[in-house]
Order: sequence, then C-alpha cells, then structure tokens
Amino acid sequence: MKLLYDRDTCTGCMLCPNVCNFGAIEKDGDKVKFDMDKCVYCGSCEEICPVDAIHIERRAFDKSKVLEYHDVWVFCETNEGRLRSVALELITEGRVLADALGEKLIAVIIGNEIEHHTDTLIHQGADKVIVVDDKMFADYTTDAYTIAMTSLIAPRKPAVVLFGATGNGRDLAPRVAARMGVGCTADCTGLEIDDERQLVQTRPAFGGNVIAEIITPARRPQISTVRPNVFKPSEPDTSRTGEVEKADIKISPVQVRTRVLEKVREAVEGMKSVEEADIIVCSGRGIKDPANLELPKQLADLLDAAIGGSRPIVDLGWLPPTQQVGQSGRTVCPKLYFALGISGQIQHIVGMRTADTIIAINKDPEAPIFSVADFGIVGDIFTIVPELISEIKRVLDAR
Amino acid sequence: MKIVVPIKQVPEVSEVRMNEETGTLIRDGVPSIMNPFDEFAVEAAIQLKEAHGGEVTIITMGPPQAKDVLLKALAMGGDKAVHLTDPAFAGADTWATAFTLSEYIKTMDFDLVICGKQAIDGDTAQVGPELAELLGVPQICYVRKIEISEDEKHITVHRETDEGYEVVKAKLPALLTAIKGLNEPRLPNIMGIMKAKQKPYEEVNAETLGTELQLLGLDGSPTMVRRVYPPEKKKGGIIVDGEDAAAAVKQLVGFLTKKGAI
Repeated sequence: MKLLYDRDTCTGCMLCPNVCNFGAIEKDGDKVKFDMDKCVYCGSCEEICPVDAIHIERRAFDKSKVLEYHDVWVFCETNEGRLRSVALELITEGRVLADALGEKLIAVIIGNEIEHHTDTLIHQGADKVIVVDDKMFADYTTDAYTIAMTSLIAPRKPAVVLFGATGNGRDLAPRVAARMGVGCTADCTGLEIDDERQLVQTRPAFGGNVIAEIITPARRPQISTVRPNVFKPSEPDTSRTGEVEKADIKISPVQVRTRVLEKVREAVEGMKSVEEADIIVCSGRGIKDPANLELPKQLADLLDAAIGGSRPIVDLGWLPPTQQVGQSGRTVCPKLYFALGISGQIQHIVGMRTADTIIAINKDPEAPIFSVADFGIVGDIFTIVPELISEIKRVLDAR
Repeated sequence: MKIVVPIKQVPEVSEVRMNEETGTLIRDGVPSIMNPFDEFAVEAAIQLKEAHGGEVTIITMGPPQAKDVLLKALAMGGDKAVHLTDPAFAGADTWATAFTLSEYIKTMDFDLVICGKQAIDGDTAQVGPELAELLGVPQICYVRKIEISEDEKHITVHRETDEGYEVVKAKLPALLTAIKGLNEPRLPNIMGIMKAKQKPYEEVNAETLGTELQLLGLDGSPTMVRRVYPPEKKKGGIIVDGEDAAAAVKQLVGFLTKKGAI
C-alpha cells in the first residue's frame, strides 16, 4: 500500500490533520506532511480531501502480507443501546473460527451508553471487547461507523471481520471493505476455516437455487455479513473473563454527511422484527380481511413469534412493509415458519426457504408452498388455526 | 438535476437451475429482465427529472445483450445510455463491478446516483455502498421516499429500518438505493420505445475506459467463487388432509414437539 500526496493540488485547507486518528498528518508550511511511520492507511484523509490531493494505492496488495493479519472480529450491532441478538450468534460462531485458527476472538461494540454489554460479550466467548462509546454514535450513520471501524481495523489488522446481515450491517460492511480496498461477502449462511487458514464463506445465490463457496485469496481482512438466526448462541459462561479496551475515535462533524432528523416506528408496538425472530407466523391472501389477522397474532403471542405477511397483504396495507417476507421484502431464516393461507409464489419462497422447519396450512392442495413444507395441512386456516392454538396451549400447559 | 442510474440485467432467478453433473448453471432458455429493484431507481430518477428538470443517464456493465435493459430504461424516459461492455469485465465480484462503474461515473458531472437495493441474482446489496465509497459520496440505502430541497442542494429521504423508517438528510451529491414502495415503475409506451432507439447510446470497452486490466473483471475481484453446488433437496414433507381438523392438528403438534420446535 502506498499513500500518494499531490502537494501542488493541495489547497492547505487543513481538514485532513483534524480527521486523522493516528496523528500522522501535520501542518508543513501552508500545506501538510505525512508521517508514514504513524499512517495505517485507514483512508479518512483520502475521503475528506475536497480536491483529491490524497490517494491511497491499495491495489498492489502483497500476498505475503496476509500473514500479518490475525484474530477474528465481530462487529456487535446495538440499536438504541440494546445489543442485537445477531451479535451473540456471531460471537458464538466467531469463537469456533478463532479456535480453528488458534487466535483471539475480539468483539467490537459501537454506540452510545453501551459499555454495560461488555460482560455479556465476554461471557458469550469474546477474549477482548473494543468499546467505542460516544454520543456521536447514538444514531447509526454510515460515515461515523465506517470511520470507527476502519480506524480500528487498519492498525490492528484482524484476519476476519464479521457483521450481522441486518439492514445496517449490510450498509456498513461493504463501505468499510471498499474503503480498505478488500472484498466483502454478503449474507453468508456458513463459515469455515480451510487447510490454508482461509475463511470459506458459504452463501445462497439465484434465489436459493444455488449455493456458492467464496474465498478471499489475497486480501485481508476477510469481511462477511452473516444472516441472523443461522447460528445459535451458545450458553453464556459467566466465569469467563476478558480484556476491555476503550477506544477513542476522533470524528469531525464534517465527516458525517448524513443526518438522522427523525426515527419513525412503524412496527406495531410489540411486533417483533421478522429478521431476528426464532419463530414467524406469516399470513397470505387466505387471511381475507385485516380483522382476521387477530388469529395469526394469537398464535404468534403464544409462541413469542414475529408476525409476517406475504407481498399481497403488505401491498394492501394490512401489515407494515417491515413485516413483509419475500424477494421484495425481507429474507428470513427462523427455526420455525408458519405459512398461513400463503400459496407460495417463488418470490415468497426465496425469502423463507432456508427456515429450519416450515409448516404450511392452505386450502388448495396444489399450492406450491407445500413443495417446501416439512409439514402441511390441506385445510381452511379458519378451522385449523384455532384448533392449533388450543392444542399448543394444552401441550404447553401440560409441561 | 443530473442523475445517474446504474442498472443490471438479471436472469429470472426462479428459473435458474443447476446441472448437477457438471456443477454449472443452466441459463439456456431462462429469460433476462431488468433487475426489479432497478426499475424503482429508474422511475425515481425520471420523476425527479420531471419535477426539477435535468438529465437521467442510465449505465450498465454487462454483455452485449444487456442492451435490452438499457433500451427499456430509455423507453421509460431515461435520456442517454452508457454500456460498459468488454470480455475483460466478465467475472467481476461486487468490488470490481463497483470499481468499473465508478471509473466511468467519476468522469461525469452528477448530483445524484440512484441504484436498486440489490440485484435479485446475487442478492448482495453491496454494489451501491461500494460505488458510493469509490465515488467519495455519502450513501443512503433502502430509500422509499425522496424530497429535493428548493435550492436543489440537499436531499431528504425516508430510509427503511428494521422498525420503520428514518428521515435522513444529506447534501448532494449522494448515492441512494431504492426499495419497493418508492414508486410504481411505469411501463414503457409505444412512443417511448420508438424514441429510445434515437437516444444517445455510448458503448465503452476496457480500452476506452482507460483502466488497468488487472483491476477489472475476475482479475480485479478480491473475492473468488471456489465452488457452486445445488442446495440440499428437502426431503418430502408430510402433507395431511385437514378434513378432520383435530386429528390433523394433533399430528402437527406431535411433529413440532418431536422436533423440539415448540
């Protein structure tokens, strides 16, 4: 890697020394100079320069440098201070990868007032937690979080960085990867370390008709986003201890180019996100009337499940778009999926076919949903589902 | 407003299958379409042009037959098309795709880039953010409403989140990715289809792009597909008749309990 500075183009605006987290840039007459012993090539100065006088040449990645990268990192997403469940799943899987490499597992948590989560992450399996806690990170913004991640990654050189494939994870990971000039693999459903100590990333493509194994031969870190619910969190071990490092990331307000003016909750209070839920009760056109959604809601309440909808009923406005399962909505992979009155158009199936167990209830014996179901009942949801609710109640009460 | 819309021609994914003996994709006879999320992006760009004036440039990187989707976007109302096409671009991963697009787009004067959220063949949603980074502009992903300020220097959008949406403001230039709900893409009409053929259409190959070959296509891709294989076939599920609801439900709950699913 090489940093190219065009002193003639530089206007001496002095933005770059202020955004460097490593003290590698200082004033030099009316321009700047770089201390290459301190520079880690994080890219912050290149991004801020208004006249493109700084360019980092990342292309000539020397393959022997791969050996300088160690440890597995997990980006632990928070949402208004709450730790998202995918973080614990990735810590569990990250532990397996770190053990396979014989290296450390490091959790990175960024947000505002989130320091109290460090114990949870260590108990889950992290050897060390890097905490970035500042008001600047209260709302997720691509710019602030990208600067935080690249400033942490560049000097510490992890071999693997995992992100949850949530909305924000899928926004952040490719941006971080592009700034560092490395690859990124989206929506992985399997991870493994091979004989050459490479991360093998498995993911579905072409609507789940194909599974691909992807590797990153010559660049580090290897960055992946991983689907929520694929890995099951292990039992926390409260006797585990680990190190906590508080990292200060300097960010100038001009570096954050988007501003969140307002956050609007659409999901009905208590309605769980379909991407994070273990169980989803999803309704289709067969539900006939929005008032009838009470029925799936009762089943969902009983099982602590999320409510989902197929495209037609979301288009009708019976459920918010956040709850739509399928190609134009969310891709989900819960442990248990109920398809109630859903015919199973391919666009729906590609969004839910990776669920562990699929239950379909539909009047039409020819409905394509039955071809992916583990258990199907050909019948009317309005007679079957009430019966199902009382039978599940009976079984749960008997426990 | 100068708007750039990168689009992709994709196979109708529901019809893509694998040849299980050779481990290759069977694409013969599979129809190609404009990526559905890109239709929202094209429509959004045309609506902004109709409201604020300006120009909409549609760009794609793809084989010669990808011309079809460019012509469709022109027929919808795009003003000109750029077709990045060269065998050297083939096999590109998301980074190399974003890089190739950025090499052309950065030579343009633009206010806004609008992409579809993701392409339905790869489903990665990575080209948008990677392109934004390579162009040095902010990104706002999963947009379902767009407003331009009166002075046309700022943009305010609704960005979908897991709980609902955020209202996000940014200074232009910026890159957005479009999702369902942003608009209802128009169908090209006969007039549009006729006019499309007269609109400016530029073909660009690796040489005219002027980029080192080692940064393009397969050679320029940091990630590599090592193996593809068909998903495990689901073993035939149990299907029961619900005529006797109580009996069917008992069997289902028994199945769920045995699986440890409830």
